[in-house]
Amino acid sequence: MSTATNTEKRPPLPGHHMVLGETEKLRLDSGVEFGPFTLAYQTYGELNADKSNAILVCHALTGDQYVADEVHPITGKEGWWSEIVGPGKIIDTDKYFVICSNVIGGCLGSSGPKEINPETGKPWGLDFPVITIADMVRAQTMLIDALGIDMLFAVIGGSMGGMQVLEWCKSYPERVYAAAPIATSFRHSAQNIAFHEVGRQAVMADPDWCGGNYLLEGKKPSRGLAVARMTAHITYLSQPALHRKFGRKLQNRGAITYSFDQDFQVESYLRHQGKSFVDRFDANSYLYITRAMDYFDLSLEYDGRLAEAFQGCKTRFCVVSFSSDWCFTTAESRIVAHALNAASCNVSCVEIESDKGHDAFLLDEPDFHMVLSGFIEGAAEGRGLR
Amino acid sequence: MNETASNSAANLAHSDRIRVDLQLIADMIEPGTRVLDIGCGDGELLGYLTRTKKVDGRGLELSNEGVRNCVAQGLPVMQGDADRDLADYPDGAFDYAILSQTLQATQRPKEVLSELLRIGNKAIVSFPNFGHWRARLDLMFKGRMPQNPNLPIMWYETPNIHFCTVLDFVELCKEMNLTIERSMVLNEAGSKLSLGSQTRFSNFLGNQALFMLSK
Repeated sequence: MSTATNTEKRPPLPGHHMVLGETEKLRLDSGVEFGPFTLAYQTYGELNADKSNAILVCHALTGDQYVADEVHPITGKEGWWSEIVGPGKIIDTDKYFVICSNVIGGCLGSSGPKEINPETGKPWGLDFPVITIADMVRAQTMLIDALGIDMLFAVIGGSMGGMQVLEWCKSYPERVYAAAPIATSFRHSAQNIAFHEVGRQAVMADPDWCGGNYLLEGKKPSRGLAVARMTAHITYLSQPALHRKFGRKLQNRGAITYSFDQDFQVESYLRHQGKSFVDRFDANSYLYITRAMDYFDLSLEYDGRLAEAFQGCKTRFCVVSFSSDWCFTTAESRIVAHALNAASCNVSCVEIESDKGHDAFLLDEPDFHMVLSGFIEGAAEGRGLR
Repeated sequence: MNETASNSAANLAHSDRIRVDLQLIADMIEPGTRVLDIGCGDGELLGYLTRTKKVDGRGLELSNEGVRNCVAQGLPVMQGDADRDLADYPDGAFDYAILSQTLQATQRPKEVLSELLRIGNKAIVSFPNFGHWRARLDLMFKGRMPQNPNLPIMWYETPNIHFCTVLDFVELCKEMNLTIERSMVLNEAGSKLSLGSQTRFSNFLGNQALFMLSK
C-alpha cells in the first residue's frame, strides 16, 4: 500500500508517453496478448516533410530513452550517448529526427513490472509477462507507426540495442534503410547467460526482494541489485582497462587493514557502481530485461542457418566490434557479417582496436566515431538526405 | 573526428585520379555492375568505381586500418582475407571479382582463383610478373631473389609467397579451363605496354600482369 502511494507521488518523468495497443494488442512471443501499454520515448531534431530522416536509437540493458538529454532526470548526468547524438554530432540532430524509446519491460516510464497493472491496481511485479527482444521491437514498430514513419533511415544500437537492430532487420527489413549493430551478437552466449543468472540470483537472494513483491511490501532489494550490477560491470570492462585504472591501489589508506572493508580502490569503485545503479533501476526490470537478452537467438527459427534470417534484406549494415570486448566478441560479429554476406547483403564489418572492453561503444573512441560517421554519411547520400 | 571523416570523403570526391594500374582495372568494368574488390586497401579503386561508375561495390581487406578508412568514406568493406573469407559469398553474387596485386600473397592461389569465378561472373586479377627480364637478371647474374621498387621487401619478410610468371599463369588458366577474356602487361609505373599478342614478349617485358577471366 505504502509504495503504491510512493509510485503516485513520484514526479512524472519528462518526455513523451504514448499509449499503444488499444485497438490491436501487442502479441508477445510467449503468446500473451498484451495491451494497452505505454512506451516512454524521447525525440531530438525535426522529422522532415517526407519522413525519411528518422533514426531509431535502441538502448542497452540498463540504458533508457534519455540518449542525448543534457540533464538526465534521475542521475543528473548527461544522456548516455551524448558523445554521439546531438546537434552537429555524428548522429546529427540538426539533420536527423532521432527517436529513442524505453524498452517494454523497462523502468523509466514504459510498461514494465514496476508500473501499475490496470486489472489489479497494484504494481505488476512478477505478473508482468515475460518479454523478448522481438517483443521490444514489435512494440517499437507500433510507436513508429503511430509517428507516421514507414521507413526508418537508420536503426542504431549497442549491446542489447544491437540485438534490437538485428531483430528489426530480420523482421522488418523493408522499414530499415541502414543498420548499425554495435558490440552485439545474433544470440546471447552461454557465458553471457551465466553472468546474467548470477545477477538474477543475487537479486532473488535478497530478502527484500520479497518474491518479487517488494513494491507492495514497501521494500527494495538494493543489496541484491547492487551485487548484480557489480558483477555485470566487471564483464563490461577489460582486464587491462581495469588494471590500468585501479591496479592494486588502496582506497584512502596507506596499508591493508586485515579486514573486509573496502581496502582496494577497485572495490570502492564497484560498490559505488552498485549503489548508484539501484537509485535509477528497478530490480524486477533487471530480471525481465536480462531474460529477454538470454532468450535472444536470431538463428533459432532457421535451425542455426543465420543467413536465412536476412534473405532478401536490402538494408545497409555496419557491424562494429571492439577488440577487447569479451561479452560480445569480434568473432560473434564476424558470424553476423558472414551471414549477411551469404545473404548478399550490403555489409561493412569493422573491429575497433580498444582496450576498454564492452563499454567502449559508450566512450570516446575516435576510430569508432570515424567509422560510424562515415557509414551514416554514406547512407545519407544513398537515401538522398544531403 | 566527425569533421575529419567528412573532409577526407570530400577530398576523395574531388580528386578522381587513381593509380595507373587501378585505372586500367576500372576501365574494364561496366557501369552499374556488382563488384567485389578483394584486398581493397584504403578503397582507392572501390571508391572510384562507386563514384564514377555507380557500381554496387563491396570490399574485403585484411588490415583493420584499411577497413576503417574505407568504412569512414562510406564504402561497404569488411575485414577478411582471400584464402578464408570468400566461401560465404553465394555463387554469382558479383559481376566482377577483383583481386589486385594479392594473388601472390595467398596461401592457395588456385583455390582462390576458382572462388573468384564462383562468386563473380568475371575475375580481374593482377600480379607481379617474375618472368620480367630484370627478375631474370637478378637471379642469373646476381644470384639473388629479385627486388625492385614494386617488390621492395626481402624474401624473409615478404607476404608474397606464391610468385609466378605470365606464362605460369596462362598455363594455370588452361589447366583450370578458364577463358582469358583480356590480358595485358604493365611497366614499372603501371602503364600498359603495347606488345601485340606474343605472350613470350609480354612475359619478358611486363613488370606486372593484368588478366580478365571467365569460366
